[in-house]
Parts: sequence; structure tokens; C-alpha cells
Amino acid sequence: MKKTAILLTGVVTLTTLALAPRVLADPVDEALTIDGQEIITTAPAPTEPEGHPFDEVRSGWLYREPDTRSMEADSFENPGMLAVERGEEIWNTAEGEAGQSCASCHEDASEFLKGVGASYPKWDEASGKPINIELFINKHREEKMGAEAYKFDEDAQKDLTAFIKNQSLGIPVEIDLSEGDMMSWWEEGKERYYLRTGQLNLSCATCHEQNNGRYIRADHLSQGNTNGFPTYRLKQGALVSLHNRFRGCIRDTRAEFPDAFSDELMALEVYTAWRGGGLSVETPAVRQ
Amino acid sequence: MKRLSALAFILALPTAALAAEVAPGEVSFDGMAVSEPVAKSAGDPEAGREVFVDRGLGNCLACHQNSEIENAQFPGNVGPSMDGVASRWEPGQLRAIIVNAKEIFGPDTIMPGFYTLDVGVDVAEDRKGETILSAQQVEDVVAYLATLEQESAQ
Repeated sequence: MKKTAILLTGVVTLTTLALAPRVLADPVDEALTIDGQEIITTAPAPTEPEGHPFDEVRSGWLYREPDTRSMEADSFENPGMLAVERGEEIWNTAEGEAGQSCASCHEDASEFLKGVGASYPKWDEASGKPINIELFINKHREEKMGAEAYKFDEDAQKDLTAFIKNQSLGIPVEIDLSEGDMMSWWEEGKERYYLRTGQLNLSCATCHEQNNGRYIRADHLSQGNTNGFPTYRLKQGALVSLHNRFRGCIRDTRAEFPDAFSDELMALEVYTAWRGGGLSVETPAVRQ
Repeated sequence: MKRLSALAFILALPTAALAAEVAPGEVSFDGMAVSEPVAKSAGDPEAGREVFVDRGLGNCLACHQNSEIENAQFPGNVGPSMDGVASRWEPGQLRAIIVNAKEIFGPDTIMPGFYTLDVGVDVAEDRKGETILSAQQVEDVVAYLATLEQESAQ
């Protein structure tokens, strides 16, 4: 009963907002539980290194409308879960010259993968760069399985990445900046975050730091945290990878955009993962 | 030769008298305003209204609420409401804000400069050297905004 009342109040408030001139709208104050797993949607901002712009980091889930929020809260309704299921099949399917699947070596996926998705990007000694889940998968396909690397954003890459990250559902994002040269990538990423691009002359910070909580058209600007990627975007009706989203945002400033997994975007992934540190992995999140 | 330059002078004269279009880099800001129009012809409020709404041109509703536009789809609130904007700003100030808001509000404003080439890095190939709006479109929007007087309270 109480829940219905709260929900109704929420709907009424939103309708009012749509008709009246909107004032700065705060994200909702609501708890998120998925399959009995409590999701941390607000957390104290990371304090190391210094200089985080917020006191509290917030999940983009808090900025979405009630129907979008409830779609994510129910894993049967979440269209992104189909990708996770396909990803699980890929995990168990042998491919490549070695005739191996991921499961051939990492038998118990849910145990082996627990927390993995929350700790990337991670320093990769061999390449002397940070790698993310997508690049980690490609490395293993080439080196261990004798299979071809996935092309950027091919379905299998998104599905398997979503499956791997989903095994960390609820676990707070925490990346290790002390490994290798991670700090200089963090610095690079920070510079990129504040770099104004394109004819519209916008940086990530212009929208997601200085104007989060406000609206551009119907889009309630969030803090731009990355804990829900790959994320199911209703606008695109598809699972969308983080680097796809980075590129889309930069393109929308009317700028040329970097390649997926380029040094610029890997640095940005390191920096944004840090900015959203402490929030639970929500993959596959549902967003507008 | 002499005759030719004399001819050129005569041909140039009427244009000069009508005021020439001001290039994006040549716009002069005096204090908080750009007093001189940037286009040759006076602004047309009707055309300016279309520029205001058009998502490919001004796309102003993305950030600014405006009651004068009926059935506006989801106006944003990143910028202030345009209701009664003409009662708060002179046309020269409105022109300055549209040409390059950073000259007025400082470098951190989210508002793009609609008639400047002082923009972000890596501008898309097909937008290089282009301003978001033409000089005439700037004048049209200024003329339109100048019609948005504060309505007296009912």
C-alpha cells in the first residue's frame, strides 16, 4: 500500500514537472534491490586521489523516470538480461583452435567472476596500458583460445561483457590506481573529462558535473557514472557499450571522436570508473 | 585602371551604406552588449521563432523553457526561461549572448557561442570554420526574443 502511494506521488510530481516550468529536479531518494541483491546507488565520493568534485556519487538510476527505474529493478523485465543470457552461452561455448571455452578454464563462472567486473579497468603489464573487460576478453580469445578478437561492438562482445559484469551485480566499483602507470592514465582521463570539444564547445563536466540534476529536453542529466555499462538504452532499444556512449557524447558536441579503446578513451574509462567508485555494478542498467 | 577602381568604389558604396555583414571574428563587444547588428538586413521575428525551435539550428528549447511556443516538447532547464526575456535584456545584450555567451557569462557557461569560431577542439569535419547560426539567423533570433516582453500579472 505504502509503495503504491509513493509511486503515485512520484508520477504526479513528474507530470506536474512536465507541464510547469521545471526547476532543478533532484534525483529521487529510493532504494534499489535487484533479485534480492541490494544495490548501492549513493556512496561517499572517493577521497584518493584528492579532488573529486562531489561529496556523494549517485547512480544514474536515481535520475531516471519511475517506469525506467522499475524496469531495471525487475530482472525479468530488464531487456538487457537477454544479452546476459546470451553472454552466458558464449562463456560456455568452445571456440578457436584450442577448442576451449571460457568455462574450460574458469569452471564456476559466478564464483570466478565475482568482483572481476567491479575492478576494471586494470593495469595490464604485457601491453603497458590499462585494459577493460572487452580488451581482456579479446586478449584471452587470441592468446588462450586461438580465436579471433571481437570487433568493437559486435553483439558477442557486448553480450559476454554484460555477462561478466553482471556476475559482480551489487559489488562496489573499485579500481586499483596503484598498479603500473595507472595514475598517469587517470591524469590523462581527467584532462579529457574537462576538455571542451566541438562546435558546441562542451566537455563531459559541462553537463555531468556543472549541470547534473537539470534537464536538456527530457534528458535528466546524471553524474555520468559508468557502473551500469554495458547498459540497455531505451532510446536505442539495444545494449550500449561504454565506448559507444563516450563516442556518442563527443559526437553530439559536433566533434570528431576517438576510436573505441583508443588511449584517449581508455584514459577516460579509468578516470570515470574512479569518479563513480563505491557505486554497485548495475550491469545491465536500464537507461533512457 | 583608374576608371575601374572608381567603378568599384561606386559599386561598393550602397553596400557600405547598408552596413556590411560582420564576420564572426570581427564582432565587437562593448561591455555587455553587441550594439551593431551582425547581418546586413534587419532581423525577422517570425524567422527567428523558427530558428529558436528548429533542433538543427538554434535548438533553444533544449535548454530554455518558453511559454510563447505552444506544445513545446520537453523544454529543458539548463538555461533560464525565455518568458519576458526582453524585459530583462536589451537587444544588444541578447545579441551578445547569442553570438558568444562566454563573453558575457564567462568561460564556464554551458551555452554554446552561436556566431563565433572560438569553439572546442576536434570540430567535426563538416562543421569546421562554420558558425552554428548565420549572421542573419542571429539577427532573426534577436528580433524574436525582443518580442518576449513580460506579461503583466493577471
